[in-house]
Amino acid sequence: MKKNLILIGIIALLLISFLYVKSIYNNMVNYDESVSEKWSQVENVYQRRMDLIPNLVNTVKGYADFEKQTLTDVINARAKATSVNINPQNLDANSLQQFQAAQGGLTSALSKLMVVVERYPDLKANQNFLELQSQLEGTENRIAVERKKFNEVIKSYNTYIRSFPKNMFAVMFGFDKKAYFEAEQGAQKAPEVKF
Amino acid sequence: MKKIFNLLLLSFLFIVNISAYSNELPERPNPPKLVNDFSAILNSEDRNYLENKLRAYNDSTSTQIVVVITEDLLEYDKADYAYQIGEKWGVGQKGKDNGLIILIKPSGKQGERGVFIATGYGLESILTDAICKRIIEKEMIPEFKNGNIFGGIDKSTNIIIGLLSGSFTGEKYMKKEKGFSIFYLIPFVLLIFFAKFMSVRSSHLGNKGNLSFWTLLFLMSSMNNSSGSYRDFSSGRGGFGGGGSSGFGGFGGGGFGGGGAGGSW
Repeated sequence: MKKNLILIGIIALLLISFLYVKSIYNNMVNYDESVSEKWSQVENVYQRRMDLIPNLVNTVKGYADFEKQTLTDVINARAKATSVNINPQNLDANSLQQFQAAQGGLTSALSKLMVVVERYPDLKANQNFLELQSQLEGTENRIAVERKKFNEVIKSYNTYIRSFPKNMFAVMFGFDKKAYFEAEQGAQKAPEVKF
Repeated sequence: MKKIFNLLLLSFLFIVNISAYSNELPERPNPPKLVNDFSAILNSEDRNYLENKLRAYNDSTSTQIVVVITEDLLEYDKADYAYQIGEKWGVGQKGKDNGLIILIKPSGKQGERGVFIATGYGLESILTDAICKRIIEKEMIPEFKNGNIFGGIDKSTNIIIGLLSGSFTGEKYMKKEKGFSIFYLIPFVLLIFFAKFMSVRSSHLGNKGNLSFWTLLFLMSSMNNSSGSYRDFSSGRGGFGGGGSSGFGGFGGGGFGGGGAGGSW
């Protein structure tokens, strides 16, 4: 009789711990998936920006005396940004930093271009250019929003896998801490243009 | 020395940043409202009219257009403020993400007065950034410059509703130049020609009355299809039935991804 009771107790304990681990594991998978999802959103908006650039360059190029160097910088920065791809399963600080550096280069090349444009009143009055400009602004806004959302989901993921006792299971199942987007270096600085 | 100065400046910026984020955005209005005039710049009649119009549109399509008028952006950028409000209040329906925020900061020096249209994910394909920019530049700012805040909101929401319900396309709207163009007359001239021609023929055929009725009808219907259509749309106050008595169900948890455009005057 007593033996049976102990057996039932052990089975119940095993069952409870199984359910507990199962729910933790599934939650981690959920968090991990939402990180991947947000990451793809981030990539989308960056891609959107890169898709705008050929059009932008063509519109600006039409103005004969436009600085060639500024345009070449934008094109080069875009090529560099295109070459950096990250696997969302592997979002460590290092690869994210690479991604950010490449995209940051494009950001500064573009903002420099927009400053130079100020000197071309004809270009600024061009309807096509104005449209591209508003799209570019919108894209920068989208990038800011998606980065913020990405960081939020990373935060909840990291908090989840690092709090006790889930951290033990996280190590067991191979869920690593993921990296945040840092504020872009020199983001506060206005681009320098020599006249 | 310069380095130290820079460092100080940076840390100062950092502190300012932190304090900016500790500023709380306005809570979701209770009872839920679509027109949120925190600076009380609209009179109650105009406010009710806009509220009813936007409610009626929400009731028929579930698309939520929210107007926020505030003096204090709490040190947020106006774009950021608009998105954050949209996300915090959950404007639009979950899954559809069909919310829209029209944020207006009506006072301040020149350049400080600003407006921003933020579109939910679901509306980005119709209300592109370029179209939002255009709506701001053509419909809102000219009115705002005259101090007519209500007029700018009224006109722009009419355009937005027209675009979203497909009364006219974004392409058509973008092509539209300010003012009146002689080319708009061409369809009418053709029509009159056509009507004349038909009436001459019909008088030969002997059933004049009947046909002229149809040409009249044709004329009227094609007037709606012609380039004047969005202007027609914006002309009527009577078009929207008063949805004021039926309660507004509240916001549905839509998301915002940074679409839209802004302007200042």
